[in-house]
Amino acid sequence: MKVFKTVAWILLIAFVGIQFFPTERNQNKAEYVTDFMLVNKVPPMVQNKIKVSCYDCHSNKTEYPWYNKIQPVAWFLEDHIKNGKAELNFNEWGDYSDRRKNSKLRSIISQIEDDEMPLDSYTFIHWDAKFSKSEKKEIIKYMTQLKNKL
Amino acid sequence: MKKIRKTISIITIAVLAFTVISCKDGKKDDAAAPMSNEMHQEDGHNHEDSKKMSADNSDKGESSAIIENYLKIKNALVADNQEDAANAGGMLVTDFEDFDKSSYSSEEQQELSDIIEDAKEHAEHISESPIEHQREHFDILSKDVIDMIAITGTDKKLYQDFCPMYNNNKGAQWLSTTEEIKNPYFGSKMMGCGKVQKEIN
Repeated sequence: MKVFKTVAWILLIAFVGIQFFPTERNQNKAEYVTDFMLVNKVPPMVQNKIKVSCYDCHSNKTEYPWYNKIQPVAWFLEDHIKNGKAELNFNEWGDYSDRRKNSKLRSIISQIEDDEMPLDSYTFIHWDAKFSKSEKKEIIKYMTQLKNKL
Repeated sequence: MKKIRKTISIITIAVLAFTVISCKDGKKDDAAAPMSNEMHQEDGHNHEDSKKMSADNSDKGESSAIIENYLKIKNALVADNQEDAANAGGMLVTDFEDFDKSSYSSEEQQELSDIIEDAKEHAEHISESPIEHQREHFDILSKDVIDMIAITGTDKKLYQDFCPMYNNNKGAQWLSTTEEIKNPYFGSKMMGCGKVQKEIN
């Protein structure tokens, strides 16, 4: 019994301890003139869905639920957002060259088509981020149009 | 009992330490990422290397290392070999970073920057993805390399091939050194699919 108590204490102290390690918050308040939604004419449904399902990791502003402010969840998330933004940042869309836009659109289309995005680990918690069949079709249709216009 | 307690505390500390270290590692990676663009300017050694190579060849910017590793990826995909493709992809990332475009006109430099920025990402993905993803990225990478050669030229004899079936029948191009068709998009599944579109040199 004593062992368990000690372990419990150690874990508790560790848990409290790691809360003091800061994480970088991805919560830029600025409006970006290069944002995907401003550069392109995006239909409201597509706009809404992309913002809900993609912007948390692919833009400079994440909507953090309370449990994502707790370590070690916050670390895990911080890493995800960094990688996500490096791969694709909707806020910086207007700065991408046409060649890069073409590449990004191709990846967006193929990842949504194959249900690789949004990530399962994300939709597991964010139910509203899931694409219905018709939403998926609509978004792919729009992205394909955009790609063909380049 | 004491022993167990000791072991458990050691494990706890180890796990903790690991968490902290892995977090730090993540940070280090991120810090390095935005700098990669300037890498070829700051890394004196690499710069020296590419200079030496272009001097040997009396060419303008040296694209032969890029073509070499591009072809390695192509051959690996023909052989359905994910690992070799990944290795060559990693080397290709460095080749793009080392590419010296200073001898080109400003318009060409702009075009080359766009190409390299895009192509480097595809090479990165090839270095760390399963084979079907590697093929998707190889498709766009091929387009980038073809456009790049249009600017830099090459002393190699190359064949520009086209497979009409890849990517849901949208088709995809690739470069090869042999006239015989060996398809990198389908590998052993459909080795002979495609035709020569154009000969370079």
